[in-house]
Amino acid sequence: MQLKKMRITEAKQYVADKLHVTPLDLSDPTLMRGLREELDIGTITGVPGVAKGIAAKIRIAELLDIEINCVEQFKKKTGLHK
Amino acid sequence: MKILTRMGDSSNVELTLDELRKELEEGSEAAAKKAKIPILTENEFDYLADMFAAPTRIWGVQRGNEVVMTKDGCVNALNSSRMSSGVVAPVNREVGVRLFESMLGFDSMEVSHNDYSVKPQRFLKALEQLHMELLQETTIFPLLYGFMPNLGLYYRPDGSFENPSDLLPLGKIAEARRTQEEALQACMDDCILMSDCMVEMGADGIDYDTVASTGDAEFLAVLKTTEHVANETGLPVEIGMSSEMVLGFHGELEWDGVRLAGLWPHQQLELCEKAGTAIFGPVVNTNTRKTTPWNLARALTFVKACTEIAKIPIHANVGMGVGGVPMFETPAVDAVTRCSAAMIEIGKCDGL
Repeated sequence: MQLKKMRITEAKQYVADKLHVTPLDLSDPTLMRGLREELDIGTITGVPGVAKGIAAKIRIAELLDIEINCVEQFKKKTGLHK
Repeated sequence: MKILTRMGDSSNVELTLDELRKELEEGSEAAAKKAKIPILTENEFDYLADMFAAPTRIWGVQRGNEVVMTKDGCVNALNSSRMSSGVVAPVNREVGVRLFESMLGFDSMEVSHNDYSVKPQRFLKALEQLHMELLQETTIFPLLYGFMPNLGLYYRPDGSFENPSDLLPLGKIAEARRTQEEALQACMDDCILMSDCMVEMGADGIDYDTVASTGDAEFLAVLKTTEHVANETGLPVEIGMSSEMVLGFHGELEWDGVRLAGLWPHQQLELCEKAGTAIFGPVVNTNTRKTTPWNLARALTFVKACTEIAKIPIHANVGMGVGGVPMFETPAVDAVTRCSAAMIEIGKCDGL
């Protein structure tokens, strides 16, 4: 979200609202570990079956309602672009 | 009570509480006087004094005040030499970026070549594009492509343009200015080439690092490049500066009616914002003959003047020799953590 020129407080609130958590929760590794797996947006450790790389970013773009350049380029290449 | 802290060269120094307070006040006043900006408040001096007086090895921010990190120099800290604080690990760029994401916990990463200036990187354009493209498919965090504009490489003996450092001592002022104007155009063309080619590779942004290292001509090249990239491609641009003041090697160059020579961080920010920058990274250089409290208070005063007026995120540079951190190739964790935390709690930075 920094890439959309948001200051940090505004950016944290935006992401927290989209994930239905508080801004404080975003930096809680215990809470976020479970939430990331539940939302299937990628985990730090290797978990079989959980979205990785570009797959995770496609889900993040949808979840946060943001445009991510590499996701857009990937969709163009694969014909997934709506 | 003696407080153990460090000098700007990282050597140990002991201060009394009164001496510590004096160092903090004098550091802040030094910045305030130069840039005509306010000094830190009494509460902020209190925070800094408590922080330096604490005997703990490391310091941190309050929970909830964490910020995000952007980075320069790609994986140079892993596989480069001591010049980049590198440990010469046998790790390639693709593996290194994955390690920075998952093992070192970085929030974003910059993809760039070991030879970090735009001039050598443009010869490797296809390779640079491919690595960005491939890494975007295997990582989750934002990847910026980056380089140093490094206008100095365009002058003789490295480049084809006459060197202003040779001309100025001869009193050839007009010639020195002309060669800078010609070189900055070539530098700008390379910066635009290497930025535009990253759009279709899926880059999340572009990072111009160590900006204005060769003075006002280089800063002008970057502002013009940013204007193009932000407006024509939509790619977010991060500008990380090289020092607290833009040196006037040319002296007469202007952008948007503002003379570039002599600009301080908060003034640099205003121009960068106008050019379309998405993230601004102010730099305040460390004086090795002064203490870390003096250097940090000085750096915070400059940075706070930026964050108070910024409309975009501010990621202050906090590394070896900048942002209050001592100038030493393996900076001590007691100094790095204190400078980093203070940049967030007092400097109100959005990132580092």
